[in-house]
Amino acid sequence: MTTLQIFFIYFAVMTTLSSILVITRKNAVHSVIWMLVLFVHIAAIYLFLNAELLAAIQIIVYAGAILVLYLFVIMLLNLREEDTKKKFLSQWPLGLITGVVFIMFFILILGKITVFPTPGKYSVEFIKSEGIMMTIGKVLYTEYLLPFEVVSLILLVAIIGAVVLAKKKIS
Amino acid sequence: MFLGIKACGMPGTYIPSNYLPILIILIVATLVGLTPLILGVLVRPKRPYSIKLSPYESGNPPVGDTRYKFSVKFYIIAMLFMVFDVEAVFLYPWAVAYDKLGLYGFIEMMLFIFILLIGYIYAWEKGALEWE
Amino acid sequence: MSFLNLNFMYIKPIAPELIITCIALILMLLDLIVRRKEVIALVGIIGTTLALYLTFKVYGLAGPQTVFNGMFVLDGYSSFFKFIFYINAILTICISLKYMEIEKAAYGEYYALLLFATAGMMIIASALDLIVLYLGIELMSLSTYILVGIIRHDTKSNEAAIKYFLLGGFSSAFLLYGASLIYGLTGTTNIGAIAAFISEKGFAGNQMLLLSMALFTVAFGFKIAAAPFHMWAPDAYEGAPTSITAFMSVGPKAAGFAALGRVFMVAFSSIKVEWSTVLIPLAVLSMCIGNIVAISQTNIKRMLAYSSIAHAGYALLGVIAGTNSGLSSMMNYMFIYAFMNIGAFAVVIMLRREGFKGEDLSDYEGLAKNHPLAAALMLVFMFSLTGIPPTAGFIAKFYVFMEVIKTGHVLLAVIAVLFSVASAFFYLRVVMYMYMKEPRGEVILTTSAPICIALAVTALIVIVFGIFPSSLLDFVSLAISG
Repeated sequence: MTTLQIFFIYFAVMTTLSSILVITRKNAVHSVIWMLVLFVHIAAIYLFLNAELLAAIQIIVYAGAILVLYLFVIMLLNLREEDTKKKFLSQWPLGLITGVVFIMFFILILGKITVFPTPGKYSVEFIKSEGIMMTIGKVLYTEYLLPFEVVSLILLVAIIGAVVLAKKKIS
Repeated sequence: MFLGIKACGMPGTYIPSNYLPILIILIVATLVGLTPLILGVLVRPKRPYSIKLSPYESGNPPVGDTRYKFSVKFYIIAMLFMVFDVEAVFLYPWAVAYDKLGLYGFIEMMLFIFILLIGYIYAWEKGALEWE
Repeated sequence: MSFLNLNFMYIKPIAPELIITCIALILMLLDLIVRRKEVIALVGIIGTTLALYLTFKVYGLAGPQTVFNGMFVLDGYSSFFKFIFYINAILTICISLKYMEIEKAAYGEYYALLLFATAGMMIIASALDLIVLYLGIELMSLSTYILVGIIRHDTKSNEAAIKYFLLGGFSSAFLLYGASLIYGLTGTTNIGAIAAFISEKGFAGNQMLLLSMALFTVAFGFKIAAAPFHMWAPDAYEGAPTSITAFMSVGPKAAGFAALGRVFMVAFSSIKVEWSTVLIPLAVLSMCIGNIVAISQTNIKRMLAYSSIAHAGYALLGVIAGTNSGLSSMMNYMFIYAFMNIGAFAVVIMLRREGFKGEDLSDYEGLAKNHPLAAALMLVFMFSLTGIPPTAGFIAKFYVFMEVIKTGHVLLAVIAVLFSVASAFFYLRVVMYMYMKEPRGEVILTTSAPICIALAVTALIVIVFGIFPSSLLDFVSLAISG
């Protein structure tokens, strides 16, 4: 086993474990803290996939902004009563069985895959010589111009949604 | 091979070696945090009673619950912060590749910012940024 | 590099989208200055009409024009769906002006969000790339979630928005999963390139491709509210403001069908047999659940929600046929459905007044005595939804069934006709209540000029295309050829 595999297995196991902890904690604040652990480990996996920008986004946006949003929402709701109630609905075994079957199915199919697309021009070496930000910048703002501009509209709608639904008094 | 899946851009083919210092810092930080705690547990005497276990509120007896309902206005601020955070993320690669993109890249980024600027004006005028 | 010589003529094919987006932005700013919502609504209608005119001008003229590195296409198929979205937006604005005032939720953002949702739908119809498709779906859905919950003081509206949001987010996850699998297989997200890669390498029987197709089916099934992915629909439709119920039962559904048609007919064209076997149970189940459960509903919005599930089943038949003419019969269906459904909701909206919901079936008792014209209009829409000639609903169903029979699914057509007959029970019950029962109390209708125009247009279209369907059929065939 190489060092890399050890790293990968550590991050993969921690990702799975912390995500299980997120959904099984009774206290919602604890869930969010475990989610922080989850986000950091996912960021590390991105690093091993040579996706440095994604790793940075994972930390800046997810661990930075989205987690804070979650914490605010939890404090907004004041989930004192929920702490004492049952965590799962009575149908949870059904959900578990569905999930396990789905995973088995997935492993079965993924294991059989032998064909892969021919690697594109953005190889590890290319990105190393060019720099990850430069490569992404050149692709995102030329080839992916349309999706990039549509994203701004989606963000704008998010602003409207926050104001319309959560503002105390709107004229 | 992992679970019968052939490696293709899988973890294990690329080493983010320039992140090694960060890993070391993380390990050191964890150790610095954990060592005093563990030492404390090992060394200190354990004689708990209820006043000692209650939260410290600058010497006064603790009042009320620590968790109370936050106002919904925090949510709007957090949401707006998130939107502009994502906008900022899009600026990084643009700034790096700026000299290769030229005027065209400038125009498209200005369009992107302009659309979000409208959202900013809207939120401002609606009073979403005021602490009512 | 290629982008350097990009001149601004490239934006011509996306001009309608740009107009809709600009108008939406203007409406947002206008809302900050202008108090009267009528002005905002009027600007919205004018802008949409302008976009409609632009689309009409290029409709059926040239072949497909692709821009943005083959991510966006202007062709007859997308243009036809855009007509549905424009009509949907205009009619919804018409029927909601007075209604939102009664609900005490007359916000200017409402109209901006309607147009943002429309822009999202247009992007979906024109998307040739899975990333653009996903972003279009998100733009549409996000705006619709907000619109569903826009009556902030009504807990039912809030609940509907939460339910719709959670299940919508879930379905987006399925879409992304399917897209990532197919990207892993082919190394591209371009719908045309995916098809080319699959046929070139002979991947037709590949399990990953099949799994991806299954995940796409789930995602689109949610969007078009086909059973068994319809669970959100009745609650969301009932809780949403009625005008938004009309909007989301036509727009997002048609957009879902546009995406389904494009992705399945192009990207998955090599596994046509497999996907039609997956879609057949979906269609049968939708018709079954939609029509049977609708019988036991007493709330008219809930009843129309189940009816909308059933109509998704009928329209799916056109896709199952798997031919170009089958696809055009589905488009024809969605076009007619837009008019008859919004018309029916317009009548439902008229019953709403201050302090009176008017959503219960018993509220329609004896409507014909006091308001013969409104009752007659409702009769037309109910007949059309059932599929009784000479209304357009009959034409819609007739062509879909014919396409299915042509491709050899005779049993499927028989089942569809049987469920169609069963649906007469609950549609005609409304008619029976209106004409055969004595009025229980006085029902006052809330009328306004825009809603009258909307009703007149929808009723006229439903009747005219019911009697003279040929012009509509020519119009649709232009979409497939051009």
